[in-house]
Amino acid sequence: MNQIKNFTKGLLRENPILVLVLGTCPTLGVTSSAANGLGMGLATTFVLAMSNLVISLVKDQIPDKVRIPSFIVIIAAFVTVVELVMQAYTPGLFKSLGIFIPLIVVNCIVLGRAEAFASKNGPLSSIVDGLGMGLGFTGALVVLGSIRELLGSGTLFNIRLYPENYTTLLFVLAPGAFIVLGYMIAMVQKINKAKK
Amino acid sequence: MSYLVIFISAVLVNNIVLTQFLGICPFLGVSRRISTAAGMAGAVAFVLTLATLVTYLVQKWVLDPFGISYLQTIAFILIIAALVQLIEIILKKVSPSLYQALGIYLPLITTNCAILGVAILTIQKEFNLLEGVVFAFSNAMGFGLALVLFAGIREHLELMEVPAGLKGTPIALVTAGILAMAFMGFSGLI
Repeated sequence: MNQIKNFTKGLLRENPILVLVLGTCPTLGVTSSAANGLGMGLATTFVLAMSNLVISLVKDQIPDKVRIPSFIVIIAAFVTVVELVMQAYTPGLFKSLGIFIPLIVVNCIVLGRAEAFASKNGPLSSIVDGLGMGLGFTGALVVLGSIRELLGSGTLFNIRLYPENYTTLLFVLAPGAFIVLGYMIAMVQKINKAKK
Repeated sequence: MSYLVIFISAVLVNNIVLTQFLGICPFLGVSRRISTAAGMAGAVAFVLTLATLVTYLVQKWVLDPFGISYLQTIAFILIIAALVQLIEIILKKVSPSLYQALGIYLPLITTNCAILGVAILTIQKEFNLLEGVVFAFSNAMGFGLALVLFAGIREHLELMEVPAGLKGTPIALVTAGILAMAFMGFSGLI
C-alpha cells in the first residue's frame, strides 16, 4: 500500500516538472518531438531508479560531510552507462539528444531525490520512488513533446496528421518550448487546486 | 574563427539560456530582482570561464593521452564541484567583500547545467585553448544578459495584473518565451 503511494506521488501530485518545476533544462531542450521526449525520459528514469537504489544501499557508509560529492559520483557513473549504451544501440536518438545526455548528471531531479528520499529510506522504497518520479518526468516530457510536435510540424511520433502548410514552426523552436510548458504548469496548478 | 564571431554568436545568436536551454533553473530561480540576477551572473561568469579552462586542460593532458575520454562526464563534474569549493575557500580568505556578494550563489553553481554544458561543448566544438576560454566567457556574458533582462521584466511584471491561473511560474515561462522570440531576431546576424 505504502509502495503504491510512493510510486504514484511522482506521477501527478508531486510531478517533478509540472509541480516542483525541477529539471527544466532537458525538459525544454529535448522536447521538439514526442519521441525525443520519451527517450530522454526513459534515460533519466533509469539513472534515477538505479542511483536511488545504490545510494539507499550505501547511505550508512558515507560520512555526512562528503555526502553530496559521493552522490554525484554515483549518479555520474550511471549517466556514463546510459551514454555508452545509447551510443551503441540508439545512435540516432543519441545524436538528437546530444549534450543533454551527459547533463542528466546535473538534472536537479536526480540529486534532489537522492538527497530528499534515497538518503533517508530503504532500497525498495527508494527504487519505487525513483521509478515513479522518473515516469512522471517521462510523462510530462512526452505530453510536452507531443503538443510541440503536433503544432509545430503536424506529426505525432513521426506520423503525419495534417499537411505541413498549416503548421506553426514557432512551437518547435525555443519560444514554443517556454510558452507550452508555461500553460501546462498553469493547467496542473488549476487541477491540483480544484482537488483540494 | 575570429574571436569576435565567437563572442557575438554566443551572446546574441545562440544565447545559452534562450536558444540552447542551459541554465534554466537559475534563470527562473534568481530572476526576481535585478541585483540578485547581476550577482548570480557575476558568479557564473567567474566559475564558467575558470571551469572551462581547467576541464579543457584535463581533457587534453589527462583524458585524451590515457584514452579514458569515456570518463569525461564523471571527471568534469568532479572538477567543477571541487573548483567551486576551492573558489569559495579562496574568496573567503582573499576578498571577503566579493565573497559576501557572490557567496550565496556559489553552492548553487555546481548543479548549474550551463557550466558542465559549456565545458563539454568546448571539447565537442574542437576549439583551441584561447578560443575555448573566449567561448566560455561569451556564454557567461550571454547568460548574464538574458538573466538581467529577464529580472528587469519580472520586476515590472509584479506590478501588473496577471490572470489568476498564470500567476507565478507559468507567466514567467510565457515571458521567457517572448524574450526568446525577441532573441530569434538576431539569428541572421552571423
